[in-house]
Amino acid sequence: MSTVYRYRWWIVTTLALTAFTLFTAEYQEAQTTAVLAATLRQSTPLVLGALCGILGERSGVINIGIEGQMLMSAFAGFIVASSSGDLLLGVAAGIATGMLMGAFLAFLSVSLQSDQIIAGTVLNIAAMGLTSFFFQQGRSLPSGKTSPIRLGSLADLPVAGRVFFSNRPITYITLLLVPILWYALFRTTWGLRTRAVGEHPSAAETVGVSVTRIRYVNLILGGGLAGLAGAYLSLEAVGSFERLMTNGKGFVALAVMIFGRWNPIGAWGAALLFGYANAVQTQFQFRGWLADDPQFIGMIPFVVTIVVVAGFVGRTRPPASIGQPYSRE
Amino acid sequence: MRILRAALLPVLAVIMAIATGAIIIELSGLNALEAYRALFDGSLADRKGIGRTMEKATPLVMGGLAVSFAFKAGLFNIGGQGQLIVGALLAGAVGYGITGLPWIVHIPLALIVGGLAGAIWGMIPGLLKATRGAHEVITTIMLNFVALNLTDWLTSNIWRQPGPIAQTPHIEKSAEIPRWGELPTGFAIAIAASIGCWYLLQRTTFGFEIRSVGLNPDAARYAGISVSRIVVLTMTISGFLAALGGAIETQGVVGRYEPGFNAGLGFNGITIALLARTNPLGVIPAALLVGAMEAGGSMMQFKADVQPEITEIIEALMLLFVATPIVVRWILRRRETTEISVGAHWGNA
Repeated sequence: MSTVYRYRWWIVTTLALTAFTLFTAEYQEAQTTAVLAATLRQSTPLVLGALCGILGERSGVINIGIEGQMLMSAFAGFIVASSSGDLLLGVAAGIATGMLMGAFLAFLSVSLQSDQIIAGTVLNIAAMGLTSFFFQQGRSLPSGKTSPIRLGSLADLPVAGRVFFSNRPITYITLLLVPILWYALFRTTWGLRTRAVGEHPSAAETVGVSVTRIRYVNLILGGGLAGLAGAYLSLEAVGSFERLMTNGKGFVALAVMIFGRWNPIGAWGAALLFGYANAVQTQFQFRGWLADDPQFIGMIPFVVTIVVVAGFVGRTRPPASIGQPYSRE
Repeated sequence: MRILRAALLPVLAVIMAIATGAIIIELSGLNALEAYRALFDGSLADRKGIGRTMEKATPLVMGGLAVSFAFKAGLFNIGGQGQLIVGALLAGAVGYGITGLPWIVHIPLALIVGGLAGAIWGMIPGLLKATRGAHEVITTIMLNFVALNLTDWLTSNIWRQPGPIAQTPHIEKSAEIPRWGELPTGFAIAIAASIGCWYLLQRTTFGFEIRSVGLNPDAARYAGISVSRIVVLTMTISGFLAALGGAIETQGVVGRYEPGFNAGLGFNGITIALLARTNPLGVIPAALLVGAMEAGGSMMQFKADVQPEITEIIEALMLLFVATPIVVRWILRRRETTEISVGAHWGNA
């Protein structure tokens, strides 16, 4: 019962949105499908970015460099995919770049014990500078962007078929990663260790858990997720690289992470809400409602997030050891 | 001696960053020496260049101050961008909308209205944090995007100059901040703001309360300081500072508000604050340095064919060397004991 009470606002919001969707689907099936499909698409990079943040922060390291990791990976993924013609190789390059940046962040904040906010900012500016410095116009993807995979007859279902069962690969992977990471964080030894290190590193160290090792592993894995988000942007969503194409998504992912209380499922919910508001906004513009004031509609997702955070979410508590470099002495 | 010691690390960090930048330029097949000479020529070689450097540095000082000031109370204001554009727009609106005022009234009026707009923009996250516990990182990020859309909407509708481009009309002569020869007077306002912040934080009771909340909110609450009040006021002042930078930009450089013109300026505030290690006076040299690189960037591209984005890479390197304690220890040959961690406040309530 207490669980129900704890998640009451999530339940209320979900029920309200579901009822609204069923109601509109009755009359406007095409639009409802489009909104829901866009919700899922919009939320994908945010969920991945937030998962990256969660892995780091649950082990006690702030990662404000998600934006930089995403941007750099989007760039690397695009360059590799466009010169090799192989999308899979591009995605792999994106993930590898994210992991490398994660390792660098770990080196700075864990081994050298730098200030974690500064270390993350270094990643952000370096990514902005490097991608713009080495970017040349006129490259393209010979194979086009990733194509949708239809899951057999499931894809023919009304509404749900297009929303859930005919997506592009990274969107599917993200949907799988959310429960996997939730399980890993809360039901496995590694997850317990991660959370122990995040809450009380010296206590974890006394029972034989290596703080350094856990933080390295988590930041590198997290970097891989941010890298996947970057690859999603350049290879799955847009199909090319543009200067500063992340456009603040890494920061929004940070907000999504806090909003979801450092929990993969919570972050997924937060990203879906944000994606939904964004999709509704796009649909408004598409249908020409309030067409004279597109910027007004543009504010919807952000205002909704502020209202929900201030109204329903309230005070959040991050892992206790966050932001403090750990040394054994 | 104390100042020398404090300056040693940043100076060495800058030298190391510039040297590493040179290696990157050489590796991409260009001439680093030529590039740096062009960078210098464009930014510091003559009065015109120095004026341009100060012009670029002004909003950076203000943005850096805004972030530093909030950090002192343990708050992370990522909303400098939104606060800056709100201030820039409102200063533009007052600058063109009110006519017939003498300059001595019009200039400060537009500056203050712009600053107050940003103060409100900063106060909202402060209030939401104090009353509802909403994390300021979420709300300031979201308010950046709200500000972007809102200013866009206002400039393309209500305050629009008739014509194809969405922008406000040019401000009145009486609202323009004059230049002193080649040098922008707006920079003096930024310096005054830095000194004012330093004084407020280090020499007043209010500043002591802010720092107490930043160091340990529970202890501050126990000592009878109203943490909510400090959170709201700090965010309000922080927003005011960032917005004042935007207002100076409108009145002293651009002459009107154009959407997109100030893109990215607000985020640079974080970089400046961290380079200055959140010291309000350290913000000035940090901003001048970054401002000089921005001012000379186009000359570098023109003369040496080096992309101006190399300056961002150098900024990242400077931050890297400033932040890495192992470099500090190696240089100073001692353990830093007074190390402050700006990240320690991420989740304080």
